[in-house]
Formats: sequence, structure tokens, C-alpha cells
Amino acid sequence: MRSNCSPAGRARARLLQMHYDAKVGHIGGNLSALDAMLHLHGQIMGDDDVFVLSKGHAAGALYITLWAAGLISDDELGSFHQDGTRLAGHPIAHWHPRIRFATGSLGHGLGLASGVALAKQLSGDPGTVYCLLSDGECEEGSTWEALIFARHRKLANLVILVDANGLQGFGSTDEVASLEPLAPKFRGFGFNVAEIDGHSPAALDAALARRDSQPLVILLRTAKGRGVSFMEGKMEWHYLPLTQEQYQLALHEQEQS
Amino acid sequence: MRNAFCSALVALSAQKPFIFFTGDLGFMALEPLQHAMGERFINAGVAEQNMVSVAAGAASNGTQCWAYSIAPFIYARPFEQIRNDVCLHDFDVKLVGNGGGYGYGVMGATHHAIEDYGVLCGLQNMSVYVPAFALDVAPIVARMAADPHPAYLRLGRCEKPKDLALPEYAPWRLILTGQTGVLIAIGPGAGGLLQQLAPLAEAERPEVWVVTELPLRAEKIPLPCLDRIRATGTLFVLEEHVAHGSAGQMLAYILLREGIHPPRFSHFHAHGYRSGRYGSQVFHRAENGLDPASVLAAIRGSAFA
Repeated sequence: MRSNCSPAGRARARLLQMHYDAKVGHIGGNLSALDAMLHLHGQIMGDDDVFVLSKGHAAGALYITLWAAGLISDDELGSFHQDGTRLAGHPIAHWHPRIRFATGSLGHGLGLASGVALAKQLSGDPGTVYCLLSDGECEEGSTWEALIFARHRKLANLVILVDANGLQGFGSTDEVASLEPLAPKFRGFGFNVAEIDGHSPAALDAALARRDSQPLVILLRTAKGRGVSFMEGKMEWHYLPLTQEQYQLALHEQEQS
Repeated sequence: MRNAFCSALVALSAQKPFIFFTGDLGFMALEPLQHAMGERFINAGVAEQNMVSVAAGAASNGTQCWAYSIAPFIYARPFEQIRNDVCLHDFDVKLVGNGGGYGYGVMGATHHAIEDYGVLCGLQNMSVYVPAFALDVAPIVARMAADPHPAYLRLGRCEKPKDLALPEYAPWRLILTGQTGVLIAIGPGAGGLLQQLAPLAEAERPEVWVVTELPLRAEKIPLPCLDRIRATGTLFVLEEHVAHGSAGQMLAYILLREGIHPPRFSHFHAHGYRSGRYGSQVFHRAENGLDPASVLAAIRGSAFA
């Protein structure tokens, strides 16, 4: 990898290597979320903040994000998906201070995040709770239960990010559940809503600056497989592992980034 | 028991900070707690999945959380939230279900909880408490509050005979002595049976143990109880719960491992809804052979068999 490759490019390359070595998929949804997670953990979050990865299938992006922030070693990344690892395909709890919850079954993270935010609100503790959902996850009823609760309790210390990459397990979100447009739905609940380019750190900064007395929802318009030309916008990269040829091509693209 | 529970939590609220959640239930019962707890009494609305996740999230911040509803709505509806968010993380979340067994009677099967502790006892780190009498509730709440792990409290209606003197609370209590075998009762259904058995001579009745904490563990069973099961060779278990995952099954497993094989074992348990007809808790107990008269007749039949 070229040393003048961008930080995001280096992170993507390490993510690709980790998945290639482990011969596992879920790469597309990791890449759609990676840019926002890198910026949050690297530039925004402090010790009092909590991050909840509700879309637990983006565990790889979380591990890479923590690696990029110097909070997970390169050796530990080498254990990804291996027997005896702490880096399971979906996050496990009780081992890393930035991974508070085991997630993976969709529709749990926002309730958990709301609970953390509520406890902070009641006790007057500082810090913001960031919760990253997938757009497909917005089909879960429990997500809407949590949205009602978060809005009703005025959890202003909660930021809800939705990785809206438009693709889910077996089709596009439009084909499967017609939830779009999402922004008016969140606004209808009374949330403060921002809809941004989910790969732009500057746009994320600007959205976060809009926080007020209500929870903030940031719709991250993203591309599944972002940064790898043959993956972008392709549903199959929810599942497929990389062949050697694809891996080399994908790495080459990061060197050009 | 609900009033006893409310009083116990009001007392607890004066001793330690915690958050109480209700799934929009508790009218004319939990108002004293609401008054005592102020902003820490939270009506989470008709959204039990979220209520349990929120409780888990709040508990992750170091705050004990209690979540209350009608029994099936606190253990069945949010089951995955209990499994993943509470139990896998071993968070200090207490689930409270009112109306265990057929407690909600003619309100219908959706409101019954006849498989609750069998389901929950299989989860990581989970403990279950089934008070038999209203007097059990305060000591049980104190034990739950002092144990920073997941727990489920199954509340029912106290049926303690008026003149029955209870020994101090313990997970296993010998309530009545007898000679024809050992009867182990879980839950409030013990009350009516004790009323029937107490007037009988010791030679005509089994000794009765009331058990209130699950899952059963071999090391927690009092040796005198095991000795009596060995000596009499006759064991009865009474509970308002289906056989699968029941205390009776747990006990049979433990006894097998301990090498204790009572030749006579009768398990009085819920079967479900055999007639397709619905009624009061008394109606369902009778249909399932769990009413005092049916159990007494079966015990006597066994003694003379």
C-alpha cells in the first residue's frame, strides 16, 4: 500500500485484507458504513461518548475503525473470524470499551442506545450516544418502538445514524419494503433530521452541528461497497467473499485513492 | 402479591437508585411507586421489546433496572431482547411478570404464562423467583436487588391459609410435616393444598416443601428433603407450568444424577387448554388437575396404591 494513500483508503485496504484472509463476506455493508464510523471514532467521539453498532453485520468496519484509531492491534485483526477470536462476525461484548453491546440481530441497537442515553439523562452524565442503523433494519418493528421512545423522552444526547445504502439481504430496500422516503417519516415523529452524503466527513460535521433539544437523525446516503468499483451498488456483496483476482483489483483501487 | 411488590420496591427506592419501567400497566397498583420514584418511574408504553432493550442499555451504565408487565408480555413478547440484550451481557435487569400460570383466568390464553420459567431458565445468567405467598415478596425483592444479574419475578395471587404460620423465607422451606411422601410445590397453588392437607394426620399426608427459586440446583436442595425422598420413595411435584422445562423435570434430572430413584413420582402440571373452554384460574386448575381436591385425591390414591 502506498504511504500517500488516504486514511480512508488505508482503512478500506485493511478491511479488504481482513475479509480476504478470513474468506468471508459482508464486505458491501461494511464499506458503506466505514467512512462515517472512521470519522466518528477518529475525530468526534470522546471518552464520555458511546457508540452502538446496531447493524452488527458491519462488525468488520467497527474493528477496522478501532484499529485505525489505535484501539485494536494489527495482530488482533489477524484473528478475525478465526477460532478463539474476539473479532466475531458480529460484535461480542465484554472485551473492548468501545464495544459495549453484542449486536447482530437487527432492531436491538436503538433500544439499547436509548437506554444508555436515558441513564445519562437521568443521572446528568455527559456524553453523546451514537447509534448506527442500517436502512433495512428500519423494517424491524422494534426500531420504531425505539424511535417513539427516544422522541418521547427527548433524548437530546442521542444521535441516530442510518446507513441508507439502499440494498438489503435479498433485494433493494425499494423492492422489499418501500420505506423510502425515510426523512419525512423521521420528521413526522418530531426528530431533527439531516440527510447527507454518508461518505463526506465535512457533511457529517455539519449535520452534527444541527443538534438541538431533540434526538438527531442523520440519514447517511451511502453506496454499498463504497470505494471498490465492482462492488458499489451491488447486492451480492452483502454476502460474497473476495477471490484473489478481485482482491488484487480492489487493493489496486485503494492505492489510487 | 402486586401490592406487596409495590411496597417492597417503594422501600427499595429509599435504599438505592434504580429505574423502574412499566409497559403501560399498574393502574390502581403502582401509583405509590410512581410517586416515590418520580422521574425514575418510566411508563415505556405498549412497546415491551423496546422496554427491555432500554432497560438493558440503562443497566449497561451501571443502573439496576426493573421492568414490569403482565407475565406473557414481559417474557414472551420481548424474548430475544431478554436473551441478547439482557442475558448475554449479564446486565442487572429484573423482569417482573404479574399473573403467572393461569392467573389472568378468563382473560384468555394470550394473558396466561404457563411456560415462562421453563423458557427463561435456559438463558445465560438468568434466575427465576416464584413467590408462593405475599410474605415472600419482600425478601425475594431484597435478594433480587442485591444480586447484580438478570432475574425474573413471577407474581401471582397469595392463597396462604389464614392460620398457616410460615417459617422465615428460604428458597426451600418445609411447610408441613408428613409421612406418605414428599410434595414439592412451586408458586401460590401451594396455599390451597396446604389448607386441605393441614387437618390430616401426618400418617395420611406427605410432607410439603415450597420452592421459590429456579433453576433448581442440586447443591441448594436441603439434605433432609433428599433424605425424605429416598426414605419414602414417593415424590409429588405441583406447579402451574407445562411439564416441558418445569421444576418437576429439573428435579427429576437432579435426582437421577444424585442416584435417587423414587419409585412413585407424580407430577401435577399444566397441560394447556384441553377442553377449548376458558374460565377463571380455578377453572383452569381444575381442568388440569391442579386444584387442591384433585391433587389431594391423587395423593391419597398414590398412598393406597
